[in-house]
Amino acid sequence: MLELIVISTLNGVLFGMLLFLLSSGLTVIFSMMGVLNFAHASFYMLGAFFGYQLSKWVGFWPALVLAPLLVGAIGMAVERYGLRNTHRHGHVAELLLTFGLAFAIEEIVSMIWGKSPVDYRVPAALDFPAFTVFSTNYPAYKIFMLAVSIAIFVALLIVLKKTRVGLIVQAALTHPNMVGHLGHNVGRVFMLVFGVGSALAGLAGVIAGPSLVTQSDMASLLGPILFVVIVFGGLGSLPGAFIASLLIGLIQTFAVALNGSLASAFGPLDPSLGPSVLTDIWNVTIAQIAPILPYVLLVLMLIFRPMGLLGARES
Amino acid sequence: MSEAPTAPRPAAQTPSGGRAGFYAIWLIAAAALIVLPLIFSSGGSLTSFSLIGIAIVFALSYNILLGQTGLLSFGHAVQYGLGGFLAVHVMNAVASYNWPLPLPLIPLAGGIGGLAFAIVIGWVMTKRAGTVFAMISLGIGELVASSSLILRSVFGGEAGITTDRTALPHVFGWTFGSQLQVYYLIAFWTMISAIAMYALTRTPLGRICNAVRDNPERVEFIGYDPHVVRYLAYGFSGFFAGVAGGLAAINFEIANSAYLGATQSGLVLFAAFIGGTSHFFGPILGAIVVTYLQLDLTDLTTVWQLYFGIIFIGIVMFAPGGIAGLLMMHRPLIRAGTLGTVIPSYLVAALPTLALALGVILSIETVARYTSSEGDGNVINLLGVPFNATAPTTWLAAAVLVIGGFLIARLSWRRVAEAWDRAATSARDRGYLA
Repeated sequence: MLELIVISTLNGVLFGMLLFLLSSGLTVIFSMMGVLNFAHASFYMLGAFFGYQLSKWVGFWPALVLAPLLVGAIGMAVERYGLRNTHRHGHVAELLLTFGLAFAIEEIVSMIWGKSPVDYRVPAALDFPAFTVFSTNYPAYKIFMLAVSIAIFVALLIVLKKTRVGLIVQAALTHPNMVGHLGHNVGRVFMLVFGVGSALAGLAGVIAGPSLVTQSDMASLLGPILFVVIVFGGLGSLPGAFIASLLIGLIQTFAVALNGSLASAFGPLDPSLGPSVLTDIWNVTIAQIAPILPYVLLVLMLIFRPMGLLGARES
Repeated sequence: MSEAPTAPRPAAQTPSGGRAGFYAIWLIAAAALIVLPLIFSSGGSLTSFSLIGIAIVFALSYNILLGQTGLLSFGHAVQYGLGGFLAVHVMNAVASYNWPLPLPLIPLAGGIGGLAFAIVIGWVMTKRAGTVFAMISLGIGELVASSSLILRSVFGGEAGITTDRTALPHVFGWTFGSQLQVYYLIAFWTMISAIAMYALTRTPLGRICNAVRDNPERVEFIGYDPHVVRYLAYGFSGFFAGVAGGLAAINFEIANSAYLGATQSGLVLFAAFIGGTSHFFGPILGAIVVTYLQLDLTDLTTVWQLYFGIIFIGIVMFAPGGIAGLLMMHRPLIRAGTLGTVIPSYLVAALPTLALALGVILSIETVARYTSSEGDGNVINLLGVPFNATAPTTWLAAAVLVIGGFLIARLSWRRVAEAWDRAATSARDRGYLA
């Protein structure tokens, strides 16, 4: 049991940090431009596939740098030539544009790389067990993933809080017109933030690809969970997104690891009804309901605290 | 000395035709529904018409949310699917307990299924509009779709639940065994639903929905609660989505978890938006186009969904009013008789735009053939001209078509905009307002 708790905590924190790499970009883009980028998870997927392709051509380490840059450039192009032109039609049109994009990117990826998972392997330099806890080998690559995400988290924090660029970005979040009047090119700030956000998503894809499955449906699998994270944490709140990412990462990891069900817990009390909804619920294991837990949390949050964990009151 | 602007003639603004024209449109639509299967009587076209009818009801119900109330939903298939499941369960119950409920009333059961879910979940969902609503609808959609795989006894797991529509009590000797009879059933419900949903837009509730879409704050000031209005709109929309689901259940004689899924929700969004959400008939056009494309493109190309996405992105970026918006844009020009001045520039713009479209299609097909490992050869047949996907000339042709077409198209569309402005100005001067 202790083994399960330690391993699941490690994995949960890892998944949570990965979620935060994605949700941080999404949240900053949302609070800055009012656009919820539906294609954010698609940038993550592009990162994974670019990482796979580039590491086949030039090796994993250059790919780790190049693939996020490439995704960031695509993100900037999307902002510059897509969203900026759609802006005058309102937020719904912008949201729909990113929705269409997510759809198109998934199709393009499955057209080029096929629908089945590609063979994206952990680089040889990191393919060894880092340490052994309770007879389980914990892979070094996962430690590497954790280190990268924490490094990015710290770097983001420093850039946003301590540098001039961060100051301008923070100001542009709440008072874009004033920042413009002070002589800053707000359009370029938006484009850069969008690019950096996409690049972070791409980086998450590059490092997550070998560990999870690199497949053309990975965006549509992760995307909804990402939105749960940022609605749960409170739209536009970076600390909220951080807490929600870790929470949902931990909950999902623990739920997958647990195999209990009502039937196994209260076995002797089995009401032994015929096949009905009740027996379905009685027999379902926690691992089976793991995929729906985030959405259950979302609904509960909306009922009891509609603004989200750390969200501001509705303006 | 400035010249006083000529006042618009008030007579020009009253809609021509009036009431008679309005009823004529509905009568023509009903007549068309009746006559269509007599002209195109093959089995394939009957199936297509049935699917289009279902898609029309579904897309119109979606537009109660998006077009009328301004609620962007990414989980509309939930109501559709639950309606379908309830319809299937009712059909099975009717067949096994011999209830006196004929098949034509089954879509009502579907509607009640959609409505019930909307009543239960809607109050929480419609608390907030805009992006938050969009995200919640997505979350709820995922929740229900995933739950349907767990609750096997109700949703039948992966396989779904089947039924037999002919086992229900027959009325007037209609067994609904043939597709033609099913088509007429669907056509009947499509007509009824369309009329009901159109009537809804003319009621005070429909009007206040529009107000909530445009300015919820002012709605609050005149004493309405936008939350309640959104909730009511969500309920109506859920009911008609359920009717569509019930029709689908009758048509396919099965309900499975795909009914509830994100793909179905995405398709109805595409249909409503491509057709145009700001006019009532927009989603009808959209449903026809999307269903037709869905049926026909699958035969032509393996990457048909990509074309869907590209068409959708194009509409969002360049014609956010959809097809209906594009058509209605021309109305004042036709009335004022200035359309003729725009047409030449349209014709000039058509050629490079066509070249651009061909270039895009050629590139997509080339890439698709180049990367696919299946052995259907590398030769693409585009409009009867064969291309070899591995030949550099093909890649070059595609690049030239795309880049050249794009550059010239951009120039010529600028011309169109200028000609359009001139025509619109002269139409306005004659008193025909857009």
